[in-house]
Amino acid sequence: MTHIDGSDQRGAKPRQTLSTLLYSKSFRTAVTQVVMAAVVIFIGLFLYQNVVENLRAQNIATGFGFLEQTSQFDIGEKMITYSARDSYGRAFVVGLLNTLSVSAAGIFLATLIGFTVGISRISSNWLLSKVATGYVEIVRNIPVILQVIFWSVLLRNLPNARNAVEVYGVGFLTNRGLTFAVPATHPIHSTMGIALVAGIVLAILGSIWARRHRESTGTYVNMLWPSIGLVIGLPVLAWLFGGAPTAISYPVQKGFNFQGGVTISPEFTALLIGIALYASGFIAEIVRAGLQATPKGQIEAARSMGFRPWFVTRYVVLPQALRVIVPPLTSQYVSLIKNSSIAVVVGYPDLVNIGNTVMNQTGQAVEAIAVMMLVYLTISLITSTFMNFYNRLVAIKER
Amino acid sequence: MNKDFKLKTALCAIGLATLGSAGFADSGDTLASVKERGEVLCGVHPARHGFAAPNSKGHWDGFEVDYCHAIAAAVFGDADKVRFVALSSQQRFPAIQSGEVDVLVRNVTATLGRDTALGLNFAPPIFYTGTGFLVHADSGVKTVEDLDGATICVAPGSTTERNVAQIFATRGMDYTPVVIENNKQLVDAYVTGRCDALTKDKAALPGVRAYDTENPAEHVLLPGIFSKEPLAAAVRQGDDQWYDLVKWVTYATFNAEELGVTSENAGDMKSSDNVDIQSLLGVTGDYGSKLGVSEDWAYNVITQVGNYAEIYARHFGPGSPVELDRDLNTLWVDGGLLYGFPIK
Amino acid sequence: MTTQSQHAPKMATPLEPVMQFDPNAKVPFAKWVQKHLFTSLWQSLMTLVVAALLLRFAWFVLKWGVIDAVFYTPDPDVCRAAAGACWAVIVEKHRPMLFGLYPYDEHWRLVIMMVVYLSTIVASLMPKLWNFKILIPLWILSVTSIGILMFGGVLGLVYVPTSEWGGLPLTMILFSGTVLIGMPVAVVLALGRRSPMPVARGVSVVFIEALRGVPLITILFVAVNVFPLFLPAGVEVNKLLRITVGIAIFFACYQAEVIRGGLQAIPTGQYEAAASLNMSYWQTTRKIILPQALRISLPAITNHIIAAMKNTSFVIIIGLFDILTATTAVMQDPLWRRYYIEAYLFVAAVYLFFGYALSLYARQVEKWINSGRI
Repeated sequence: MTHIDGSDQRGAKPRQTLSTLLYSKSFRTAVTQVVMAAVVIFIGLFLYQNVVENLRAQNIATGFGFLEQTSQFDIGEKMITYSARDSYGRAFVVGLLNTLSVSAAGIFLATLIGFTVGISRISSNWLLSKVATGYVEIVRNIPVILQVIFWSVLLRNLPNARNAVEVYGVGFLTNRGLTFAVPATHPIHSTMGIALVAGIVLAILGSIWARRHRESTGTYVNMLWPSIGLVIGLPVLAWLFGGAPTAISYPVQKGFNFQGGVTISPEFTALLIGIALYASGFIAEIVRAGLQATPKGQIEAARSMGFRPWFVTRYVVLPQALRVIVPPLTSQYVSLIKNSSIAVVVGYPDLVNIGNTVMNQTGQAVEAIAVMMLVYLTISLITSTFMNFYNRLVAIKER
Repeated sequence: MNKDFKLKTALCAIGLATLGSAGFADSGDTLASVKERGEVLCGVHPARHGFAAPNSKGHWDGFEVDYCHAIAAAVFGDADKVRFVALSSQQRFPAIQSGEVDVLVRNVTATLGRDTALGLNFAPPIFYTGTGFLVHADSGVKTVEDLDGATICVAPGSTTERNVAQIFATRGMDYTPVVIENNKQLVDAYVTGRCDALTKDKAALPGVRAYDTENPAEHVLLPGIFSKEPLAAAVRQGDDQWYDLVKWVTYATFNAEELGVTSENAGDMKSSDNVDIQSLLGVTGDYGSKLGVSEDWAYNVITQVGNYAEIYARHFGPGSPVELDRDLNTLWVDGGLLYGFPIK
Repeated sequence: MTTQSQHAPKMATPLEPVMQFDPNAKVPFAKWVQKHLFTSLWQSLMTLVVAALLLRFAWFVLKWGVIDAVFYTPDPDVCRAAAGACWAVIVEKHRPMLFGLYPYDEHWRLVIMMVVYLSTIVASLMPKLWNFKILIPLWILSVTSIGILMFGGVLGLVYVPTSEWGGLPLTMILFSGTVLIGMPVAVVLALGRRSPMPVARGVSVVFIEALRGVPLITILFVAVNVFPLFLPAGVEVNKLLRITVGIAIFFACYQAEVIRGGLQAIPTGQYEAAASLNMSYWQTTRKIILPQALRISLPAITNHIIAAMKNTSFVIIIGLFDILTATTAVMQDPLWRRYYIEAYLFVAAVYLFFGYALSLYARQVEKWINSGRI
């Protein structure tokens, strides 16, 4: 589309005067670009100059050296060891891991709810589809921040630890969070983790083999049950080999809090419910659009060839639906990760919340905000790279 | 001329004009820009009862608010020529650094780190306090040692956040912090029992108890003060004239109390024989013009706002909702820490 | 059932089969019910379960929200005694919730401002008035009067600085500011990204992708905490303006991608036709390309405009007193604190109302476009 600008046709005669030069399209394009680049560079330099000038004039500390200084503050929830004697840099890592964990849980929950609601939306059952539509309209149109605040205030107003509500004898629900019994720590748990990963890898390899086999010989091998068997069976085997430990750590009220068991904090829960429900509304719409993308005729054709409904869904509807679903779904995931940054309003120590504290303690707003932005940019870039890769993988291959 | 080139030039011009029209002022000379503007921009706490909070009619009221009024009285002779900018703990330092406010009187603890790395200057402290803990009375907690394993609500970016880490570490105790930026959400988390204790400057806690709890009797302040928190007004570094003014307004309130000059008797005191009183009230000397304001600057501060004792009594005295002992905040002659440098 | 039909079978038993087909209002409904709710055993079971849950929920809402609720009382103790909702909290606190920190005696100005604002918006949405000769004076008039009402300082009105603005009017100002500033920026960015000039393309791509890759919060942090440092010493830009521009630019980056989608959908023939008429780049863009591109991407554009309305609520993080911040502040009152559900439901209802109105309108516009009316 390089011939949009047709105005240079007027200077048709090839005389090399100054005016021809001025009216020549390529010359003008070049000049405009140079000016544009100059303006951008000028604005950039101008802003940079001002920052340097202002920071120096006011004696404000600069640079990223602060990342190695002792933070002197504590963090409530952490996945790696951290204390007030650790550095600001480590505090950022704690925040990043918290962001990732709430995002991962959020993506799981949002996908689960989103697919359920999305499928219900196109259900032939009128009542069910209307209920699903109502759900989508409500969760999508209330600001996510309002939803998160609502859940956090709601959870905060649960009974306190002394009046804990017991949940089915395995846990307690209080305004300190949900505490529940878990198997007591045992060395075999790490082996079980490895076994789980191995099971997943083997299952994937198995399905690849099955596809190759199908494509070369035409015989269909159902890998569903062997896969499930591998993923569940290997950890169970590992558990049996480890002596099948059944000790369970029950939460017991002691002092201010529960001892034993695992506690999910109300801040985490409020943020998780808020961002996951909000995203689930959008995911439901994406899923609905994707499932409706397969023409009815194809499904009918597959049925008429005698394939079972499950087979039709797996090999006719799903591949086409996923092609439509995955790109917008990934961008929903990215926006869920970005939405997790509202943790700061409910007090969950995510990246932005920690960054906020660091910004206050050091006064180095520019650097602290730069760290936050860079981390999110990296996450977004990785996701879009993945998406491009996937798009290329599933793009319709013309033969 | 090329059409799109012209358009782009026009766009650039508009952009620059918008930036420029926002108004230029010389940042090095805060006093001049304050006078030109006709009001002092004072950064205050959004809701700390006793120190700064809007009352039911939306007017700002509090101990720190009165110091903002005092600065306005010194500059303009009119204590009302001040505009209050409520700042969260996160916004306070960027606001003073960027010139959004002229002075920060917002429960800021003077520390070396802030003085240097944040590019601030601290006026003499107007309130000495320390970290305190508010706990639920029915929890049976009597001292800070009983808080081992507790969940503690604390504001981010505060000196308190660091103090609480140190207090527990030195006692070999454990705790879980719940850190919420929004002060209201933070207090709400404590009141609903999400936290066992709320920690803030001790002087701020009676205000929380009086205003934010349904039944103040259900909450107790733990005895003892656990850190040094000298609260002081802060100005930008590099503007000595403005710094001097804020500093001497503070001293003037101390000296007025020491010399027995009150808002009521200041007029009569002008005819006093005491040279110290005479120079304080601008009867002799040219101290006002040396500070860049009128000679009766301190007189205006005292008549319109009051001396330290009067300001204190108004917000923390007997009968006020947030009653606080003067404790360290008494004059040096009474064994306290308030020591006004002589106006000579 | 009427008395007649109750007696009918007794009087004429042989007519019974006819009666089944006779009431023609009922048979289609029954058929419809059967087709949509009870096609199979599995479907029927699901319908019954969903209906049971729905009824249970509806009963709970009715009992809590209406039957046991307290609608008006200045005394929170009355609410404490009641088992249901306490809507009185909204009646009692509606002013601080809707108007935030704005001086109490001046709230009437905000009421007039909202009337002016809403009527201007409603007027501008009517295709009958889509004429620059009407719209431009209308907007100049209403923006000026809104400015006078909000700021004051003239005509004997008390001056109110932007730091004291709050509540629903602030949400409205943030929202329309975002759209008014953001849309032109979005168009420029979209054209830049589709520009034949590599420099323009590069700048637009980097700008769009960088801002879309970070959360809105960090942009607000920049607008509030960092941006002043980027300006020469002494230059100040009003904080509300900085925040509005921040949200607007964030909005523009998403909108630019939508508009780019519209631009990509324009067939090359359109460009070639314009070129053959010797139209310049700007003429082509303004007269041929943009109108079509905007029309194509309109549904997505309105989605992002609705999202922009929801995004204004992010200002709670930087302490601006929009309707949500004001409500959380009001909920601090120890006497009314326990009725937070009612208060937040009210705010949610406000957002749902405006969001729903906007999407209904968007659907209408789509119909107009499809029928060729605009």
